[in-house]
Amino acid sequence: MGLAKRIIPCLDVDAGRVVKGVNFVDIRDAGDPVEIARRYNEAGADEITFLDITATHEGRDTTLHTVEKMASQVFIPLTVGGGVREIQDIRNLLNAGADKTAINSAAVHNPDFVREAAERFGSQCIVVAIDAKQVGNDKEPKWEIFTHGGRKPTGIDAVEWAKKMDSYGAGEILLTSMDRDGTKNGFDLALTRAISDAVSVPVIASGGVGNLQHLADGVLKGGADAVLAASIFHFGEYTVGEAKAFMQQAGIEMRI
Amino acid sequence: MQKIVVLDYGMGNLHSVASALKKVAPTDEVVLATTPEEAHGADRLIVPGVGAIRDCMEGFIRPGFVPLLNQCIEAGLPILGICVGMQIMMKRSEENNGVDCLGLFPQPVKFFGTDLQENGQRLKVPHMGWNQVQQKIDHPLWRDIENGSRFYFVHSYYVPAENNNAVAGETDYGVKFAAAVTRNNIFATQFHPEKSADAGMQLLKNFVGWNGAA
Repeated sequence: MGLAKRIIPCLDVDAGRVVKGVNFVDIRDAGDPVEIARRYNEAGADEITFLDITATHEGRDTTLHTVEKMASQVFIPLTVGGGVREIQDIRNLLNAGADKTAINSAAVHNPDFVREAAERFGSQCIVVAIDAKQVGNDKEPKWEIFTHGGRKPTGIDAVEWAKKMDSYGAGEILLTSMDRDGTKNGFDLALTRAISDAVSVPVIASGGVGNLQHLADGVLKGGADAVLAASIFHFGEYTVGEAKAFMQQAGIEMRI
Repeated sequence: MQKIVVLDYGMGNLHSVASALKKVAPTDEVVLATTPEEAHGADRLIVPGVGAIRDCMEGFIRPGFVPLLNQCIEAGLPILGICVGMQIMMKRSEENNGVDCLGLFPQPVKFFGTDLQENGQRLKVPHMGWNQVQQKIDHPLWRDIENGSRFYFVHSYYVPAENNNAVAGETDYGVKFAAAVTRNNIFATQFHPEKSADAGMQLLKNFVGWNGAA
């Protein structure tokens, strides 16, 4: 008995539409994030993460409106990330109904932004998203932070960075392995373990989930507090319920 | 139709509390009040709260919500505190180097600490996610909620369950803490019912129908 590990479906949204598509059976509109989030809510997801990949200002307003609609129908925590650069961005998202906001590139450019945001809104709603790639060999792996969707190397060590973000007031770390993202080969467990052991706050593992064993491994071997996945749920390979049952069978505390 | 007032003292996202109330009480009026005047005529009151305790206390005192809350307590209005909204009802919090709170309950608010453990395993702080709540008393707000149901928590400070006769629900996270406290017409939860899916919605529904008697 105790705190359950979390399963978090992730939606990539561009100007108010889910871009990777979701093929739930009998869904009315596979691109409507509100409808999809509602389905995941009903299916027992523990949280929803909404990644806004919109680049334009008009698109941003659409996004806020989408968050508003989603928050009025989904009664589990909602994290929104992507393009969060200023205090005003966070305020807008929280006012629209987001429970947490994820900060990525802006934290790398200006770490004090995280401190300021945590002081202003509380650590509980500040998630620092880290995109990391392995550098060096497999025997003594090290990971480096990348920004701009994994295109720009920064020279920053991922473990040191995670510790710093923890001390700056991040309430949670959303950790994505750029090497694994989209591969379906499973999480980078060494990376997940290294970060999870280094910080005092919860870590969400992301990037690479291809089957249910991968989710369980993220917790059991990687030490993650939550696991995030997109395509295995979107394309109906597994339901959230199946994932939870599997993880519980593996000895992991879940909310069933 | 009743008037449900959510006190808005500038702390965090009240959208989700308001929309959850609209869902469970579609015919009632839900008002976000930034002044005591806007709370006038309330049939029941919600004290939410997100963020750090010092700002919360200041934000609560500034608009004159302390006398308002006291009047509502005396008048027997059903009152629901949520998260930091529960913590400000306690005597004093360790957060922000120590802050005096409203003292409606004699208990302190303590920090989980940086070396919280359970069975030799380090526990992450904040306590974030879905944990089980053991109902310690029979109460109208627990109606139709299975004992041991999971609710969504996110907090680094807690109200101890030990020597606490106000505990209505208890949760274990390295220490046993008060997941809910109650006294007469006040019920307050450390978890977020508005984010706790079915169990949370049931609790809000129970609150909306509660007459304030235990």
